[in-house]
Amino acid sequence: MELLSANNLNKSFGGLWAVRDFNFIIELREIVGLIGPNGAGKTTVFNLLSGFYKPDTGSIIFNGENITNLKPYEICKKGVARTFQLVKPFDNLTVHHNIRIAAYNTLNSLKGAEETTLNLVNLLGMSNKRDYLAKDLTIAERKRLELGRSLATRPTLLLLDEVMAGLNSKEVNDIIDLIYKISDMGITIFIIEHIMKAIMTLSQRVIVLNYGQKICEGKPEEISRDKKVIEAYLGEDYGIPEN
Amino acid sequence: MNFSFRNLIGNRTLKLVFIFLLLLFFLLLPTFLTSYLLHVMIIILLYVYLGSCWDILGGYCGQTSFGHASFLGIGAYTSTLLLLKLNLSPWFGMIIGGVIGMLCGLFIGFLCFRYRIRESYFALVMLTFAEIIRLLFLNWKWVGGANGLLIPLKENSLYYFQFDNKLPYYYIILLMSFFILLFNNKLINSKLGDFFVAIRENEETAESIGINTTKYKLVGIALSSLFTAFGGTFYAQYLTYIDPDLTFAVGLSIEILLRPLLGGSGTLFGPTFGAFILGPLSELTRSLMHGYSGVHLMIYGLLIIAVILFFPGGISSLLKNIMKRFA
Repeated sequence: MELLSANNLNKSFGGLWAVRDFNFIIELREIVGLIGPNGAGKTTVFNLLSGFYKPDTGSIIFNGENITNLKPYEICKKGVARTFQLVKPFDNLTVHHNIRIAAYNTLNSLKGAEETTLNLVNLLGMSNKRDYLAKDLTIAERKRLELGRSLATRPTLLLLDEVMAGLNSKEVNDIIDLIYKISDMGITIFIIEHIMKAIMTLSQRVIVLNYGQKICEGKPEEISRDKKVIEAYLGEDYGIPEN
Repeated sequence: MNFSFRNLIGNRTLKLVFIFLLLLFFLLLPTFLTSYLLHVMIIILLYVYLGSCWDILGGYCGQTSFGHASFLGIGAYTSTLLLLKLNLSPWFGMIIGGVIGMLCGLFIGFLCFRYRIRESYFALVMLTFAEIIRLLFLNWKWVGGANGLLIPLKENSLYYFQFDNKLPYYYIILLMSFFILLFNNKLINSKLGDFFVAIRENEETAESIGINTTKYKLVGIALSSLFTAFGGTFYAQYLTYIDPDLTFAVGLSIEILLRPLLGGSGTLFGPTFGAFILGPLSELTRSLMHGYSGVHLMIYGLLIIAVILFFPGGISSLLKNIMKRFA
């Protein structure tokens, strides 16, 4: 079943095309990767999907509804949650409080929100950091909190913007496990990532963006062999199998 | 588990006992006070009340208003005019004044929040708003103009909100302060309070987790201006005289926000701490530095600089840090 479709999305900033004639579909419960070189327009796509930018032209259909011109909070209410590439936790609040506020998106009682928060903090593996202020966390923990906060809104579609950037390989593996767990909960995932190991193992399908345009789309192994992708992003060495 | 549960109960009863003792203290306090000291206490409590009202918008919601005197003045003028022209009890005037104050708050709030006026710009708009209203009332003959309004002496009765001694005023403002603290305590532990705090911390993040920031900022300014305008009626009835320079002054706006800032904005007892420190301080400087008007303002200035430099979270955060060190 088709969960999200973007049709002919265009967005320019003062004559510079950030996203151009971009079309794609995301199926329910899929994990889709979005890759491309720096400045390709990946985060702009997320900003369009989550309502932080309005597209110049084109439409975004989510769950059969046109959400193109909705505000960010309305889109979140519909079931699309996002993380920020540059993490934006509520710095002066505890981990617990950060997540509890987001849990109120679908809940009304303090009791319900507390319960959801406790479960989520456990899922994130941050029980021992529950009462820490967000500003006192390490970057890995802040990325985790970012994920937890967006998850607390109970989304159908989760937009993950480089949640692994700056993490060491053990931390990356932990996040990959976590994303699999989230996917098993029935949540559809659209993920931007530069760490190829992660994106190639996680994604069922990968979309490659360059200069705001889609240059390729397909299974991870197809992508890694595609000439255009190698030229624009992966580099000559990547496509060659280890020998 | 069992142990921590019992601990929780213990904490709660302890809290209730503490609050009960505090209330008892304040109920019995006037018997030990001279008329002058009672006046000082009333003014302190008035600022506890006003500071806590300000804190709903400024402390929790993070929208620093430099023009709360406008709401106070609107409340004061509404109830006084209704009393003068229609002989209506100030208690009804208080409610009507509150609603009008709230509508003014919603009006200016809508303009600011809809067009994304934030932080210091919001503070400036509010400052200007209060000044516009002051100038308006100063030149408006029907509401007394620069002469202001004198509240006519009716009778010593609760109905007319007029008493021949200060004691009833003390109990009324004590009740109002208690009510606003109760309200804020409820707010802190609610969904609405959490949304306010989210907006204060980061508006973009708040939007991204489904919070309609414009709407909730409007709720914040509505509550804050409603309660502040209630305070205006008390102000007018207690002073029995109001004029535009008294009720809409920039100085008054600053007085209102200084206490939560000093005590710790966005905390339940921050405005209270601030009021109990600044109140006696301004009285002391006024009596010690007799003849040098404005000395208390200089001391305020120094205090604010000290707070911003050394403990930006106010007295409450300072106390918390000290407690942590000893715990």
